Amino acid sequence: MTIAPPSDQLAVDADTRRRPARRRRRATSVGYAFVSLYTLLALAFGVVPALFALGLAFTTADGGFAGFDNFVKVVTDFRFWPAVEHVVLYLVIWLIALVVFVVVLALMVHALRVRWASTSLRFIYYLPGALAGASSVLLWLFVLDPTASPVSGLLRLFGFTSFVQVIQPSHLPVIFAIIAFWTGAGGWIVIMYGALNNISTEVIEAARIDGANAFQIAVSIQLPMLRKWIAYMGVMSLAAGTQLFVEPQLLSQASNAVVPNDYSLNQLAYQYAFQQNDFNGSAAISLILLVVALLLSWVFVTRGGLFERD
Amino acid sequence: MTYDGSANGSNSFKTKMQLFDRAGSGWPDVVFSSQNNDAAWASQKTNGKQAFAAVLDKGLVPKDTLSGFTPGSLNPCTVNGQVYCLRNDLAQAVLWYNKSLMDQFGYTVPKTWEEYQALGEKVAKEHPGYIVGAQGDAWTPEVFMWGSKCEANNITGPTSVKVNTDTEECKRAASLLDTLRENKTIPVVSVFTPEFVKQYTGKVLMMPGPAWYAGAIFNNPQSLNVPAGQLGVAAPLGWGSDEPVTGNVGGGTWFISSHSKNLKAAEKFVQFVTTADDYQVNLAPGYPAYAAAAQKWVAKQESSKYYATSLDAISTAASQVWDGWGYGVFSQEAIWAKTITPGVTGGKSIVDLLPDWQKAIEDQAKVNGYKVN
Repeated sequence: MTIAPPSDQLAVDADTRRRPARRRRRATSVGYAFVSLYTLLALAFGVVPALFALGLAFTTADGGFAGFDNFVKVVTDFRFWPAVEHVVLYLVIWLIALVVFVVVLALMVHALRVRWASTSLRFIYYLPGALAGASSVLLWLFVLDPTASPVSGLLRLFGFTSFVQVIQPSHLPVIFAIIAFWTGAGGWIVIMYGALNNISTEVIEAARIDGANAFQIAVSIQLPMLRKWIAYMGVMSLAAGTQLFVEPQLLSQASNAVVPNDYSLNQLAYQYAFQQNDFNGSAAISLILLVVALLLSWVFVTRGGLFERD
Repeated sequence: MTYDGSANGSNSFKTKMQLFDRAGSGWPDVVFSSQNNDAAWASQKTNGKQAFAAVLDKGLVPKDTLSGFTPGSLNPCTVNGQVYCLRNDLAQAVLWYNKSLMDQFGYTVPKTWEEYQALGEKVAKEHPGYIVGAQGDAWTPEVFMWGSKCEANNITGPTSVKVNTDTEECKRAASLLDTLRENKTIPVVSVFTPEFVKQYTGKVLMMPGPAWYAGAIFNNPQSLNVPAGQLGVAAPLGWGSDEPVTGNVGGGTWFISSHSKNLKAAEKFVQFVTTADDYQVNLAPGYPAYAAAAQKWVAKQESSKYYATSLDAISTAASQVWDGWGYGVFSQEAIWAKTITPGVTGGKSIVDLLPDWQKAIEDQAKVNGYKVN
């Protein structure tokens, strides 16, 4: 017989009372620790440069207030609107292709019942993404040259016998979209696959019992539940896509400027800053890009219900 | 003393100097550039900052040295009558040809562009597959349009240019390129592509191009790899009875920083690399700009027994570069590449594209602060 339990009981009680609070505090501090590094980097390489650009865009080379002069200058530059057109065409082709193919491919991989086929397919999809941006474009330089390409037969089928024929101006938006899809889509397929795994099996089972086939399940259940993820992919890809730079820049150098070095808006900004020594004009282009990307992202966020809570 | 040679073949020279201007320090004492149009900006103040290039002909480099350069070779370095750089090597265009093939086919080397065009048409009929030139490179205008006195790049002052492509001089060269492109004797292919090497090794009958083609494409195992004893060189072609002139494709330049604290040492170095036999004759791969070195360089090349003819034509061409084509800050090569090459690939003729070309040059000149015409 003991009289210990009460004190024990007390201790336990005190423990259970205290523990959640302590855990919460620990959880929040770990959260801050996780976020802090990102915040620091975002400040240093995102927010501060953006503010610097904001200042530059409204000032002259010697620091005086310029009003909207820099914006007028870049918008009336003969290279500006063609660059806008190039980027918009590229974005339209690429975003549509990305959304359609990523979702379809993810659904297909997810529907595979054979485990090893599913994992190896996901691995293969992801593989090109492991190559860094510039090196993958270098690889494409060979793919696009009919005399060196592993798919030269395919290029010849389209009637292309030389590199300059392949990189004609009208082909470029499609070429850049294919390169971007090839490097970026794999990662998104893996993410979508993860999102599909998150859909509870009970829902799918219920649908199946009600007689829905794989196609009906995909369209009526999986797609609506992927909406947020698709919007997320849209926002991220849009932000990256408006900044089209590496692909045309490398292709420009490789083609000895047949692909112009002012093809995209970011390239034009680069020309302003580092060829014309006009950082103010360059900053104006960057700001225009930022505003447009923010507006379009807002559309994706609201239409995709990205910030809605379940 | 610091040296920065990494400006080769890119525009990083200008970019770097502009960033040093912003930082207010860091300029190298001496810069080597493979471009011809750097004096155009390096001689000018930018945003109120001191011009990068030191003036060389106002006491820094001795008059005797300056006058020892091949006549006209310092034109790319000269802005408003002052010299801002020394030329390392020249890149005058000449007519390269395969003497063995020409003899075998029973052709004589053309003296004029008209003869050249006629021969190109003959080759297309008698020996299809052989070529008499290439027009896929960005310097195509510098070989064909410059050599025809086409007024596409008449730099009349530090910030003024005159452009007129609607002339007989421009049209005749454009039409030559069109005719010989259609019969496949001057294909739209760059000489620095695997495509070129694969398709045309052993098939290059003639090739108008800069002096450095000898080492870069003909006597290069990675490229055409023409065996010794076959490659010949002829003087630049003229149009009709006109005095022949020629174009120029690059040729390195040496700059001294106006910020340098070691001006004397920098000058000594630059003078050495551009004029001394130890470098220009014994080591340099390109045709020296310094006349005395060039003579010895030619003798040395001839003694190698690689060439099937004498190299006199290169020396003649060195002082035939037409001075009506200037050296502005914007790149004529980039304009041609993005305007004409895709147009031609898409089935248009250069003759029809001449107005587009003029417009593109004017636009590019204006955004670079030039007054046009």
